[in-house]
Amino acid sequence: MSLWKYANPVKFLHLSERVLPTLWVLSIACVATGLVWGFFFTPDDFRQGSTVKIIYLHVPSALMAINAWFMMLLASLIWLVRRHHVSALAAKAAAPVGVVMTVIALVTGALWGQPMWGTWWAWDPRLTSFLILFLFYLGYMALWAAIEDPDSAADLTSVLCLVGSVFAVLSRYAVNFWNQGLHQGTSIPVATGERSVADVFFVPLVIAMIGFGLLFLALVFYRTGTEIRLRRTKALLAREART
Amino acid sequence: MKALLLRDLRLAFRAGGGFGLGLAFFLIVVMLVAFAVGPQAELLSRIAPGVLWIGALLACLLSLDRLLALDFEDGSLDLLATAPLPLEAALSVKALAHWITTGLPLVVVAPALGVLLNLPPQGFAWITIALLVGTPALSVIGTFGAAITVGIKRGGLLLSLLVLPLYVPTLIFGAEVARRGAQGMDVSTPLLMLAGITFGVLACMPFASAAVLRVNLR
Amino acid sequence: MMSAILPDLGKYAMPVLASYGSGLILLIGLVCVSVWQGRKAKAALDAVESKDQSDA
Repeated sequence: MSLWKYANPVKFLHLSERVLPTLWVLSIACVATGLVWGFFFTPDDFRQGSTVKIIYLHVPSALMAINAWFMMLLASLIWLVRRHHVSALAAKAAAPVGVVMTVIALVTGALWGQPMWGTWWAWDPRLTSFLILFLFYLGYMALWAAIEDPDSAADLTSVLCLVGSVFAVLSRYAVNFWNQGLHQGTSIPVATGERSVADVFFVPLVIAMIGFGLLFLALVFYRTGTEIRLRRTKALLAREART
Repeated sequence: MKALLLRDLRLAFRAGGGFGLGLAFFLIVVMLVAFAVGPQAELLSRIAPGVLWIGALLACLLSLDRLLALDFEDGSLDLLATAPLPLEAALSVKALAHWITTGLPLVVVAPALGVLLNLPPQGFAWITIALLVGTPALSVIGTFGAAITVGIKRGGLLLSLLVLPLYVPTLIFGAEVARRGAQGMDVSTPLLMLAGITFGVLACMPFASAAVLRVNLR
Repeated sequence: MMSAILPDLGKYAMPVLASYGSGLILLIGLVCVSVWQGRKAKAALDAVESKDQSDA
């Protein structure tokens, strides 16, 4: 028994068929609970008023926007080292999810920033970093779309993902240097054990974050299955055309 | 290696492109910016370092898609890949040739264009130094982008989408050196960061470029 | 009518509603597009496979 047996596409499809229903239900339940709780049953913040409710969309989506890229990085490494097709396809499947998460984070951030900071957009390090991340996602997806041969595409996008990760981190520090920000510190500092968010806001936020994480997993599982089927269809058609 | 460098340089000169074209483009960008923002001297002098950097970036980008595409089409890249010279070295040499034909002329004329943009006197030395330190990184990163998109028909736009985000750190630190220099502030931190990026990229990027090019030549 | 369902959002109702609206639209859109693509891929694969078997 090892994790690697799921590198076999057929085994992976079986696994995802078994896991997916639970994953869908759990993720949608968590997202719905977190958002409904956050929207209806949390008090207004004394300084931010009701805009504090935006946090239940903003923070989880921002979290998943970064983690999606991180997952793509891992999957790309696995593809480059062990040549498992499922891994490359999982990276491909995760990219659009990551883009949507990035867009949600940017849009909700802008909507929150307008009343709070008095501007839709500020060239603040975090905002700018997300914009750069968004561009990296676009480039990555465009590269997948541009190359015909699936193995070459997987190789090239994987290397791009590695190089892009290095530059994304570099950009993060460069942007920090370039402009000190007005963005709030992290809401859940893991290292110090303290939180800047009060309990009333914290519990639904955590539920929403778990929900977004599960939703990401479900989507990646599902979309990877789609990619596998597309690949197989193509292979079968190609074989037919030859004979 | 020297033969490859000379060959690339000679080709760039013979095509009449390389040298003159990049410079003319640089000049046009600077002129257009002046038209776009208006002729106020103090506004121009404030944005001059940034404009010069953007111009350098775009001029660099312009010549990237020819960097490998021509050699790919006529098959000389396949010969290079099978040559005893490691592909990493060959690509470094190509990046060097690209820098000599586009980056270096830009560095030389940047002060002249700084005059057009009312760059403050103390800024001339720093914009030259910043470009001198930063443009090699642009060429090397650009080579990576060119290597990724070499097999793609009409890859020009994709090349820009892939390469420009990678230019962000270089641009930020480079423009910061020029800006601080122009205002007479201390430039050592951004300059060191810029140099660090350039050297790091010089050391690591050829491996990524070569890996990607091998995939494309497969 | 609406105020009975919605909590009182005060003067910030617009940004809050807009972010929830846009966020949910994007999420649901992503799920719908994924499912649609998945269905299409499955159907295409089934079609090819069944044809394969009838040929053989």
